[in-house]
Amino acid sequence: MNWRVALLPLLLLVAALPVRADQVIAGLSQNRISITAGFDGSEILVFGAIRHAAPQEHTLPADVIVAIQGPAVPATVWRKERVGGIWVNADGVRVSTAPSFYAVASSGPLDEVLSSTEDLRHRISVTTAVRAMGLPARVADAARFTDALIRLRGEEGLYQQLDGAVQIDEQTLFRTAVALPANLTEGTYRTRVFLARDGQVIDRFDTEIEVGKVGLERWLYNLAHDQPFAYGLLALALALLSGWSASAAAAYLRP
Amino acid sequence: MQVYLPIAEMSVNVLALLGIGGVVGILSGMFGVGGGFLITPLLFFIGIPPPIAVATGVNQVVASSVSGVLAHLRRRTVDLRMGSVLLAGGLAGSVLGIWLFNLLGDLGQLNLFVQLAYVLFLGSIGLLMLVEGARALRRSRRPDAPPRRLHRHLWVHRLPLKMKFRTSGLYISVIPPVVIGLVVGVMAALMGVGGGFIMVPAMIYLLGMPTKVVVGTSLFQIIFVTGFTTVMHATTNQSVDVLLALTLILGGVVGAQIGTRIGLRLKAEQLRVLLALLVLVVAGQIASELVLEPAELYSITVERGR
Repeated sequence: MNWRVALLPLLLLVAALPVRADQVIAGLSQNRISITAGFDGSEILVFGAIRHAAPQEHTLPADVIVAIQGPAVPATVWRKERVGGIWVNADGVRVSTAPSFYAVASSGPLDEVLSSTEDLRHRISVTTAVRAMGLPARVADAARFTDALIRLRGEEGLYQQLDGAVQIDEQTLFRTAVALPANLTEGTYRTRVFLARDGQVIDRFDTEIEVGKVGLERWLYNLAHDQPFAYGLLALALALLSGWSASAAAAYLRP
Repeated sequence: MQVYLPIAEMSVNVLALLGIGGVVGILSGMFGVGGGFLITPLLFFIGIPPPIAVATGVNQVVASSVSGVLAHLRRRTVDLRMGSVLLAGGLAGSVLGIWLFNLLGDLGQLNLFVQLAYVLFLGSIGLLMLVEGARALRRSRRPDAPPRRLHRHLWVHRLPLKMKFRTSGLYISVIPPVVIGLVVGVMAALMGVGGGFIMVPAMIYLLGMPTKVVVGTSLFQIIFVTGFTTVMHATTNQSVDVLLALTLILGGVVGAQIGTRIGLRLKAEQLRVLLALLVLVVAGQIASELVLEPAELYSITVERGR
């Protein structure tokens, strides 16, 4: 993917716009991610340009933050405790709105690029985006469960904070690459690009990535959920057929 | 090389799956067992969510039993009447097992329950088999030892609702076989196993069936119960992954051919002791996960079936 070529129309568009304040505009290497039988994760390239308001009255450089957020799927975080000599799931906290995927890339350390008030307002950092889910107060130390959620999903590459991953050239062009793991949840991935200066968000650009299964994966998944009985019979028939044909083949091949 | 499993919604190494299928196939070929009790824990181990591991494990048992059932039917070593009674219990057990499975899943205790069931059943059966196998091994070395009595009157023979089972040469109550079938049906739905390792000894020692018809009759029950359970799991939980099942089956059939040849070179008594040791190792492994402090206390379960 030649992102520079893709960027050209964007640049022309930016140049054509009359601007009062600094603006940001971005594009993606792909708007659609197809989960095929061989799907093993993907990489998405986010690139764009900063349009500076003329005349340039700022001395501070602008920063860019890219946040990609997957659909929220209800999940439960469990904590094991020793009960009668064995380890069992004792406490559970149900989180209904935590994103299934969240990656935030920034042109510098996020806590320097963005003030904490701005972070809270736009819910940009991983912690704020995930904490925004509003935990039930049933468990006294709910914060530990959020931390565990962030840590476990971080280990799986589902939550990523990529400080310094956005490269800015000449204070105009920027780009970053975000790795998407193989165990992606299907749905719309909201992509937000923020332009910040001196810790304040000054412009924002929103776009979306669609993640979905295609081909055989799509067909099997739909059949399993829309016509589960037919799917069950299919699974049964496939098992019978493969088991029988395998033994028949073995008997034929045996000297 | 990775394959994306459409129902488990995760990417897994094909070679790992073929390897699991192959190793379990070798063992099931050697010992003449379905291998569900090995496949399901191994799927847990590589990170397949338990509901999918159980439902897909049960689907795999269908494939690994079909050729055996056909062979036994041809040789007329199936007691169809006894098989049907066991099957009636098995179908009821499967329905009960599916209900329990969903209840435990909602409570977040499914993993624990399945693990405990594995430890309990595999541990006790393994021990029994080991004791029995060691005894048989000793007996085979002393040819002058007295033979075992063929026909014994057990307590199960005094229950009501008697029925004649001509192929097995038995006139016994239907209650014990229905209960045995029921237990096996619950296990199929909950643990993703065929249950032969429970049913075969129960048929020999509790019902007093002749060994000639035991394996064929248990396979007859297993194929219907696992087939029924596959469809039940697919309709209630959407948790059968056919791509996963087919990969495991493919590895399994190749392994089974190798295993059968190894099995022919070993004595039956030796095989029984080896199988007992294998069952105990699996039980011990699962028990250690429950008893030892886990490195990670937290875990996430995602709600399925949107």
